[in-house]
Amino acid sequence: MTAEIIVVTSGKGGVGKTTTSASLATGLAMAGKKVAVIDFDVGLRNLDLIMGCERRVVYDFVNVVHGEATLKQALIKDKRHDNLFVLAASQTRDKDALTQEGVEKVLDGLSEDGFDYIVCDSPAGIEKGAHLAMYFADMAVVVVNPEVSSVRDSDRILGLLASKTRRAERGEPAVRQHLLLTRYNPARVANGDMLSVKDVEEILGISVVGVIPESEQVLAASNSGVPVILDEASNAGHAYHDTVARILGEERALRFLEVPKKGFLQRVFGG
Amino acid sequence: MGILDFLKRKPEPTAGLAKERLRIIVAQERSTRGAPDYLPLLRNELLEVIKKYVHVDLDAININVEHDSGHEVLELSVALPDGKPASNPAT
Repeated sequence: MTAEIIVVTSGKGGVGKTTTSASLATGLAMAGKKVAVIDFDVGLRNLDLIMGCERRVVYDFVNVVHGEATLKQALIKDKRHDNLFVLAASQTRDKDALTQEGVEKVLDGLSEDGFDYIVCDSPAGIEKGAHLAMYFADMAVVVVNPEVSSVRDSDRILGLLASKTRRAERGEPAVRQHLLLTRYNPARVANGDMLSVKDVEEILGISVVGVIPESEQVLAASNSGVPVILDEASNAGHAYHDTVARILGEERALRFLEVPKKGFLQRVFGG
Repeated sequence: MGILDFLKRKPEPTAGLAKERLRIIVAQERSTRGAPDYLPLLRNELLEVIKKYVHVDLDAININVEHDSGHEVLELSVALPDGKPASNPAT
């Protein structure tokens, strides 16, 4: 069996790619899959912080590509799940540190080591790092915010996924595209101030695989280095669980799209 | 002023506007996706030429590159306005 390669991408920065990569990888591991999550953002390493393993980085992705370390040495085992591993980005400023052949070698190595899923956390933009993150993908999770520049950029990314990937170049079945809507605020949608799920689906012509509500817990989770999917008390965490289940083929209805009803006391006293 | 604030009209919701603008720009960018880089330039120059004879605006020109069983077809359509031709044809 070869590993399924998932790219988490968006075009625009700051929409929640790394948050999504961390939660997606953790969720897949919780489902019993052997998972590696790779930070492709060379020079701007951040996945390690979100995963809470920043002090255990010894070797990185570029070290492996250049043969300075083995995969085994560079993979950081997650402290919560034995079947989850992180491969950190290099902090080098050399943008050409990654090559297509090098990336392919690493992905093949992971596949041979029996990994079920490889989650590739793409950098923002459409430059080399983003290109390499998507090139070998079997599936793409395009993270989009309900906001004009993010929606436009994600359409651009959808176009690149359809043309600039190995599957496209070889004429193989297309990369499976999933849209993940994050930072969704049902109250603002209800007021007509924010694009709705339906609006975004209509504009881009594909349906969402999940909707993550805007949540204070996302910041709290990144502050503490714990992927938000592990926060049982947050709607964002539940929404990520649903998303992982759908990616694994389960049918689940979308949740957290309605304005939460205020309780009696909240209505009286506000808040 | 504070006491009369409630009389002020609330700002208009803007999500509809965002959707409409995105619909148009996404459709336009998709139509030229994967096409040669010179296409926008070609489009503008064609517009200049056509303008010498008829008043049309940029939206009236549609350029598409179709991939059809191994070869590419450059498809160009110009929607001509109903009215009179430009009064001063090129010399």
